[in-house]
Amino acid sequence: MFDLFQLKKFFQLSDNFLYWLKIIFLSVIVFGLILSLVISPKDYLQGDTVRIMYVHVPASWLSLMIFAAIGISSIITLIFKIRVFTIYAKSLAPIGFTFSLISIFTGSLWGQPAWGTFWTWDARLTSMLILVFFYIFYILSWKFIKNFFVAEKYSAIIAIIGLVNLPIIKFSVDWWNTLHQPASIKLTQSPAIHSSMLMPLLVMFLGFALFSLFIFFIRYKIEILKLRKNKLNRILK
Amino acid sequence: MSPASKKRLNYFLIIGIVTLILGKFIFGSLQKNTVYFFSPTDLFLSSEKPRGAIRIGGLVKIGSIQAKKNDSVYTFLVTDLKNDIYVEYKGILPNLFQEGKGVVVEGVLKDKKFLLGKNILAKHDENYMPPEVADALKKTGNWNKKYD
Repeated sequence: MFDLFQLKKFFQLSDNFLYWLKIIFLSVIVFGLILSLVISPKDYLQGDTVRIMYVHVPASWLSLMIFAAIGISSIITLIFKIRVFTIYAKSLAPIGFTFSLISIFTGSLWGQPAWGTFWTWDARLTSMLILVFFYIFYILSWKFIKNFFVAEKYSAIIAIIGLVNLPIIKFSVDWWNTLHQPASIKLTQSPAIHSSMLMPLLVMFLGFALFSLFIFFIRYKIEILKLRKNKLNRILK
Repeated sequence: MSPASKKRLNYFLIIGIVTLILGKFIFGSLQKNTVYFFSPTDLFLSSEKPRGAIRIGGLVKIGSIQAKKNDSVYTFLVTDLKNDIYVEYKGILPNLFQEGKGVVVEGVLKDKKFLLGKNILAKHDENYMPPEVADALKKTGNWNKKYD
């Protein structure tokens, strides 16, 4: 039997919680936008073009992190059949997909003035495009396979294969000659980006992350309701 | 852990290890073939002359940019601080194209030391700072060569 009490509690909690989360993520993003578009300085080389970075970099980070979460959830789903992770992964996919598209489009907007081209087939850009396709395959596998359990299996396999791509994206700029610059922020070194520019970047990342959390809760709720409609909610027990 | 879970975990680990080994081989061959651009030294050391369009990358040698005949033909040296390649290019230069900065040139190699450029891409590095900071660093002598 499905635990109605638990579900109700979750909805009550999340309604209140979502309201505050919405207010917090909106204020962080507005604050971040003011910081990055108005207060932060121009770059010594690129001028105002650098401001694209404040959207591009957080979006790219999140699209990678979200795919990692989907992949790891899928491994848990596939091996231990803990169904709640399936729902986590499914709810996260559209968010990560959107961020990967934002990353590609803002990247090419920046590439035109800075490099002199919208697109080039270097290792970073190509592997990022492959990530977009993995997101598309993942989402489509849920769309086109009607049986929940079959879809769960195939989408998980797609996500696990896609997991291999993540270190390739991350380290492509170190392993190969690429047009894309290497990472400015590394765990082992002090950042190659001035603190007056690092601050707005981190605030924007926090804002985007909270926004992802907000959308994730809404998606999660929708997925639960869908399961209930299809009389599948017993699997979450 | 249920026996079924254990079985699936074992399958997963075996597949994972096989994939890692395969990945290592694939990666090894990719590293030879996935070349976005060649450095001047790569070309200098290669035994055969690459045919068709290629990309070379490096720094624009300081003091080497010259505008030839009329204003839209430029010549400059691309260097990796060991070897140089002479590039001739007709067209518009991107904003970030500067002496001492990274550049990728697409074009046809006439010989090992001479490239006829078709397209120029400016390479940006990972350093970001406000102009005032850049000025201050230059003034106090803390300017790091890698920022150039």
